[in-house]
Amino acid sequence: MSVLTARPGPASTRRDPSDRARSRARQGGWGVLPTIVLLVGAFYCLVPVLWVYVAATKTRGELFTTFTFAPGTGLGENLTALFAYEGGQYLLWCLNSLIYSGVGSLLSVLVSTMAGYGLAKYEFRGRSFLFLSILAGVLIPGIVLAVPQYLLLSQLGLVGTHWSVLLPSIVSPFGIYLSRVYAMSAVPQETLEAARIDGAGEWRIFRTIVLPLMVPGMVTVFLLQFIGTWNNFLLPYIMLSDQSRYPLTVGLFTLLAKGSSSPALYSVAITGAAVSIIPLLALVLFLQRYWRLDLVSGGLKG
Amino acid sequence: MSTTLQPARRRPRRRQVAPYLFTAPAVILYVAFMLVPVGYAVWLSTRAYRIEGALLGRKTEVFVGLDNYVAVLTNPEFAAGFGRLAVYGVIAVPLTLGLALLFALVLDTPAARLKRFGRTAIFIPYAVPGVVAALLWGFMYLPSTSPFSYVTRALGLGTIPFLDGPGLFGSLANIAIWGGVGFNMIIIYTSLRSIPGEIYESARLDGAGEVQIALRIKVPLVVPALVLTGVFSLIGTLQLYSEPATLQPMTSAISNTWVPLMTIYRDAFGTDDLPQAAAASTVLAVGTVLVSVVILRIVNRKRMGVER
Repeated sequence: MSVLTARPGPASTRRDPSDRARSRARQGGWGVLPTIVLLVGAFYCLVPVLWVYVAATKTRGELFTTFTFAPGTGLGENLTALFAYEGGQYLLWCLNSLIYSGVGSLLSVLVSTMAGYGLAKYEFRGRSFLFLSILAGVLIPGIVLAVPQYLLLSQLGLVGTHWSVLLPSIVSPFGIYLSRVYAMSAVPQETLEAARIDGAGEWRIFRTIVLPLMVPGMVTVFLLQFIGTWNNFLLPYIMLSDQSRYPLTVGLFTLLAKGSSSPALYSVAITGAAVSIIPLLALVLFLQRYWRLDLVSGGLKG
Repeated sequence: MSTTLQPARRRPRRRQVAPYLFTAPAVILYVAFMLVPVGYAVWLSTRAYRIEGALLGRKTEVFVGLDNYVAVLTNPEFAAGFGRLAVYGVIAVPLTLGLALLFALVLDTPAARLKRFGRTAIFIPYAVPGVVAALLWGFMYLPSTSPFSYVTRALGLGTIPFLDGPGLFGSLANIAIWGGVGFNMIIIYTSLRSIPGEIYESARLDGAGEVQIALRIKVPLVVPALVLTGVFSLIGTLQLYSEPATLQPMTSAISNTWVPLMTIYRDAFGTDDLPQAAAASTVLAVGTVLVSVVILRIVNRKRMGVER
């Protein structure tokens, strides 16, 4: 039943049918109101998404003349124009977004998991200093760092390369913090001690025992990081100048900016936006059930 | 004997080294991509470019102390940017959190139907990048394509000025609310679900209705989640950049210095005044950390007061 928490607990007993019927009877007229509120919220959130799919079917003329929610006749034409734009740049942008988000988040999860486990399960000198520094890092907005990161990477000659977007995307103080919280509750100290008595080395314990235990936390950190990187705009916008290295956000932005002088590109930008939403929508809907956002809300109980 | 003792002696040493190895990649990356850039920006913010020589001017870097900070803090456009950010934030943050709390409470109400559909639909904008969200809403604001203005024109009320004057603040805040409600709702909702159900039973036995339970029991218990989402929303507000930048081609009301980050971007890449941009970045970063710390302080003090 529960998609996001996958945790049947007291909550599911609260929701048994007889209970529901009883409380509805008690509330009388209040009964429908919550559902209406929910539907209004859903409508508000879905309207722009519906709009972009309707608009993607319109020809350039129809876009500015017909009623906004009346479907048009130009879907095929728009898709052809989108994928043909400057020799297929759009597909490159998709691929780049996938590389930055996919590779970056995978590396980020590995680094965060190791660090989170180290911070959670070992006593060592400098531990609290390290943890506090990372907590402070959570408060420093990534975007504010983008300009200094640009200055630094330009000294190293990396500006304009894939690395200039990928490397800063690996660091995630919030990911380290979440991994630590998850390791504290999901990895029992006794299991570690038992493995040590059996003579297992620390790295082997991590690989064979800790990693499998931490998978739900890793999925959560991965998804947060993936969506964060996918949605990031300013960092790649600052770092990259060659449009064949752009991610989708920067590519669509430049399309729209050019659109003010050549309105033909408006249809291309709209269609590009419509297409770009599909993979992420699928990812979120599919992975919703695997991630543990109670980790973020602090409601985690081991 | 000595062979059995050796591993016992070696083990603690390995355990002493292991945590440093586990945290090393994170520490290296953290230092390289967070601490060093911050340090470099602070250093650069005390420098300035001077042109030497009258005809064949050579650009040299000199130390100027706090001059750049004085320039940043006395720059009326930078300050005005913060002013606009404040107006935007006053609309966006409370509405995002309020709606997120409302939807989370509704999801947690036994009487509500269509919960899975509602939750998924409200969550969907989280997967839409800010640039794309601004693009979608931008066309819904643009007089020639807006469905809202289409209706008001049909009613003889004229076009709604979404992208001009004070309407612009509401329009930009709306994009942030639309993108932020779903994620915050889920955070608050998961926090609600971790409250044991027995707490409500006694309240129900005492005759409390669902609304009373929501306001008197649930809301106080999710205050920590609200604080967390509030701080994140505030940090997000101070970083506002991609939405106004995306809307810029659609309206003349958004200048190149409309929000602080746009000023920083212009200084760094438009006028090539990197020290100035570094000083402004530092001001913005320090401001963000200060705002977060102050909020956390106030909330902690209040909560302690309540508990006593």
